[in-house]
Amino acid sequence: MSYAPSAAVLARIDRAVAAYPERSAALLPVLHLIQEESGWIPPEAEVWTADKLGLRPVRVREVLSFYTMFRRRPAGRTVIQICRNLSCTLAGAEEVIAAVRRELGLGAGADTTADGAVTLVTVECLGNCDHAPCLQVDGVDRGPVTRESAAAIVKELRGR
Amino acid sequence: MSEDAVRLIPADEGSWRLEAYLRRGGYEAARRAVTSMAPADIIAEVRRAGLRGRGGAGFPAGLKWSFVPQGVGGPKYLCVNADEGEPGTFKDRAILVRDPHRLLEGMVIAAFAVGIRTAVIYVRGEYERIAGRLRAAVAEAEGAGFLGRTIFGSEFGLDVVIHFGAGAYICGEETALLESIEGRRGAPRLKPPFPAVVGLFRSPTVINNVETLAHVPSIIGRGADWFMSLGLPKDCGTRLFSVSGAVRRPGLYELPTGIPLRTLIEDHAGGPPEGVSVKAVIPGGLSAPVLRADELETHLDFESMALACSMAGSAGVIVIGDRTPMLEVLGVMSRFYAHESCGQCTPCRIGTSWIHRTVTRIAAGQGRRGDLDLILSLADGIKGRTLCPMGDAAALPIRALVTKFRGELEQAAER
Repeated sequence: MSYAPSAAVLARIDRAVAAYPERSAALLPVLHLIQEESGWIPPEAEVWTADKLGLRPVRVREVLSFYTMFRRRPAGRTVIQICRNLSCTLAGAEEVIAAVRRELGLGAGADTTADGAVTLVTVECLGNCDHAPCLQVDGVDRGPVTRESAAAIVKELRGR
Repeated sequence: MSEDAVRLIPADEGSWRLEAYLRRGGYEAARRAVTSMAPADIIAEVRRAGLRGRGGAGFPAGLKWSFVPQGVGGPKYLCVNADEGEPGTFKDRAILVRDPHRLLEGMVIAAFAVGIRTAVIYVRGEYERIAGRLRAAVAEAEGAGFLGRTIFGSEFGLDVVIHFGAGAYICGEETALLESIEGRRGAPRLKPPFPAVVGLFRSPTVINNVETLAHVPSIIGRGADWFMSLGLPKDCGTRLFSVSGAVRRPGLYELPTGIPLRTLIEDHAGGPPEGVSVKAVIPGGLSAPVLRADELETHLDFESMALACSMAGSAGVIVIGDRTPMLEVLGVMSRFYAHESCGQCTPCRIGTSWIHRTVTRIAAGQGRRGDLDLILSLADGIKGRTLCPMGDAAALPIRALVTKFRGELEQAAER
């Protein structure tokens, strides 16, 4: 199976490449664009990216596996990121995480709901510590949340 | 210039638009710099103001600019560090959201002073959504002739690229940031050569934090003497203090450098909530060694914090209440550094993971006699033995926590 971005994304990728004096510098922007469209970076897209930027595929893989925001597995249609660094932990982040996991019905070790609707990721500091405990739903900041309000956010997502 | 014009974060939420920034006297300093000042005089003025880097290390910004070789050909770059990954810090976010033009104006002045025509703003990936305003501000500034080919109708031009990170704390380290812009893993570079000489795409590069650059317009607009009248003689101006944790009013406070920690926590952030007392404070982001409740008279400037064996760092102040077990704090801290070590240097890669495994075992009720000494010896094994400052940034706060709260941690370990 081969990968090809949509025409719109390809145009944005070409603009990103043109923004730098060296093609390889567009690697992070290109991976962001692919993930924005596909939800993750499929292996075929790695090869496509390497070809596009004149890199060996291993150069793409080493970058992809280094940065935690890039996903090498398909994710749910909605991604929730919950912060568990110090300010959020002091404000009860662990209980929020437990409540959201319960609401999503996630078993031990699972991060995506069985229906593929929601992926839960715990992260280190979203830079929103005066709104602790905080989370992001598809990159949009929410907080401060409580166990109850976080569970309500999940309910609302699942109802859509 | 109104009072609002010298505040980094305007009170008005609708402040981010160009029109609002111009009403506050925006781009006047850049206009004066570009149309009537010599680059060397701009650098001299910023040096005289003693503006110290607000990212964490506190290196004098004007001095940094002066390290870039002049009179040689080829491109030079300005990289803006908007990676803001230091836990407990949310000040650059506020500038990006509420006053992006102040950052852009600071960039124009810095770039003109150093002879730079391309700037890259490195924004952490988690800020992608809020960076919409930064993008809009860049477009507005280009449209108004404050960025682009001919700024203020002069020969000088500056192009701006916004580059997003992808969730790696280490990319806040300046050479890892350069690697990340170049499309590689964020593994810090060996110094020297310093980025001022060999930086982005092997060219001379200035790397400044968002807040540092945001101070530049008022230093040029009002003069170094005005800036020096704020804060301390060796550490001038104001800082944006991010306060979180056990306080009534967590938030961002712009205050002169050198105010006592107690004043910030009690008078500004409202002190701890009812029934809670302060047990400890992390004064400069998670990497700053912890202070005990009896050290709250320490002043918030680089020198005072260093004398107290901590650091002013990113000015992210995290207040820990008396009900929080320090083992929990140690658990978060050790997990964070183990997760964020880039893996390049063995002492940091192995040491942070080993410390984290030990802390996790203690938390699971399987602590052994000697565990705390093991953690201290692992921290000492990291300290001073890595390419970049992250080794010390992990070792020192862990060492301070274990040393200062040893009694409590021993009880928890031997429970």
